[in-house]
Amino acid sequence: MSVEFCGIELAHPVINGSGTFDVLAARRAFGRDLVVRFPFAAYVSKTITLEPRAGNPPPRLWEAAGGLINSIGLPNKGLEGYLREDLPQLAELLSDVGDAQASGRRVPLITNVMGASAQEIGALLEACDQRDEIAAIELNVSCPNVETGLDIGADPRELERVLHAVRGRTRKPLIVKLTPNTADVGACARAAQDGGADAVSLINTLRATALTPGADSGDGARRPWLGGGSGGLSGPAIRAVALAQVATVADRVSVPVVGMGGVQSARHARELIDVGATLVAVGTESFRDPDAGARIAQQMQEIAVGG
Amino acid sequence: MSEAPLARRALTVTGVEELGAYRLLRVTDPEGPEPEPGQFAMLASAERWGGGEEERPYLARAFSVARRRDGESHFLLEDVGPGSRRLCEMRPGERLLTLGPLGRGFSAPGDGRRPILAGGGVGIAPLAILQDTLAVEATVLLGFRDGARAEGAALLDGARLATDDGSAGHHGLVTDLLEAELRRDPHAEVYACGPAGMLEGVRSLCASAGIPAQLALEAPMACGFGACFGCVVPRRGGGYLRVCVDGPVIDAAALERVDEHAGAPA
Repeated sequence: MSVEFCGIELAHPVINGSGTFDVLAARRAFGRDLVVRFPFAAYVSKTITLEPRAGNPPPRLWEAAGGLINSIGLPNKGLEGYLREDLPQLAELLSDVGDAQASGRRVPLITNVMGASAQEIGALLEACDQRDEIAAIELNVSCPNVETGLDIGADPRELERVLHAVRGRTRKPLIVKLTPNTADVGACARAAQDGGADAVSLINTLRATALTPGADSGDGARRPWLGGGSGGLSGPAIRAVALAQVATVADRVSVPVVGMGGVQSARHARELIDVGATLVAVGTESFRDPDAGARIAQQMQEIAVGG
Repeated sequence: MSEAPLARRALTVTGVEELGAYRLLRVTDPEGPEPEPGQFAMLASAERWGGGEEERPYLARAFSVARRRDGESHFLLEDVGPGSRRLCEMRPGERLLTLGPLGRGFSAPGDGRRPILAGGGVGIAPLAILQDTLAVEATVLLGFRDGARAEGAALLDGARLATDDGSAGHHGLVTDLLEAELRRDPHAEVYACGPAGMLEGVRSLCASAGIPAQLALEAPMACGFGACFGCVVPRRGGGYLRVCVDGPVIDAAALERVDEHAGAPA
């Protein structure tokens, strides 16, 4: 079941969605068991920004019908803190998990970054380029460009322009994490490829809102529940949307596609691969079952062997 | 801190006891890791989880381990929303998907301080297992909204009660009892769990009297093991703490205040 992805050899096609699994916190919770039964063939970090971010004020979560709306706000230590404190720990952990130790290869680390301008993104890519612990970089483009006011990932011309400006800053494989909150995801994927992306990943969460339950605020209006105002919907509620968007994108690009959105079983993962994904990422399902990645990869293996 | 297996375990329900307005759910778990007092587990029924009101519940629900006895783990439940309702409806023989024990529990009292356990409502749960494991006798003060809920006090031994409606014990707040107790003998360490308003009362009482307090916090959480970053509370001096991995037991001195989060029924 091993898969080649952007020149990287993976043991199986299941990885995690960015921001859905903090392996350093998980090691504290699960100890050795996380190391023995590591759920993913590659590990994608949460989004790293140039400066540290505290994240959004609570409440940050809302349980929706068959899913979850989150408004976390990308808390992270910033580039410098990540490179200094987290990266060495991640590299150590990932060289110790599963059969990585026996094979002498560590589970590849994909670092996810986000910047609010071509200049910021360029600086992030360049800093990651210099670190051997990082196998590939995933660029989160679900962010407005402070220079132009346009959502980088939602506008194909803007996306291609930004990627052209930054692509030369790293020789590592560059995955562009597309936003589903756009009129034409196929055009955005094509723009990412034309801008130099080595792969695209989708779908990110769908923009969503929940209102505070019960009484109104006194003026007849009900306030948004989430501290950040609006948030992103994930989980089985978005699975059919993900399948459609992955199919659209896979038809428009020749680079590999990482498909995700509501995957809970090998059957769901298989569907994304059937419409053109090379890898499948598990996200919200890991919240319910931290072993989900390993469970799904194992089910896929059994199906493959069973024919 | 006890570590949890990465995979959820399907534990068989052995009994559901009525404790006034609450249910005490017992599951057999002879081989599970020994939880520390204050640790919690993420719970979901193995069958019929979801498809309720507004197609919920979807996520598992966090519950403190209330007791660990004879190879069984006990959880104290109150029906407040679709998830807790489904758990309250569980019957012996059904299976409970359990991830845990998780989080940081209580630590032993410092330099000969006497432990005072202050609980409110369903938040009395982690104080029961704490009482079972403390090496010294603790003073137990519990507050409830009404008489039906005050029956939950049977979970602990020798509790003094306060109720909002005066139907049992002191007519008023459990923090009234705590204030008198701290005045009587301030060489104490307070262990508290309950609604945010009560915990804020405990925090401010202890802060002004210079008495250490360990607060077991509650927050809506998607995962319970540090992945979702959803269960944060503001940390004194800036930034946030994750209740699931930095807590649920948090030193009161690390908090500026305990915020109220009325809202989403779980």
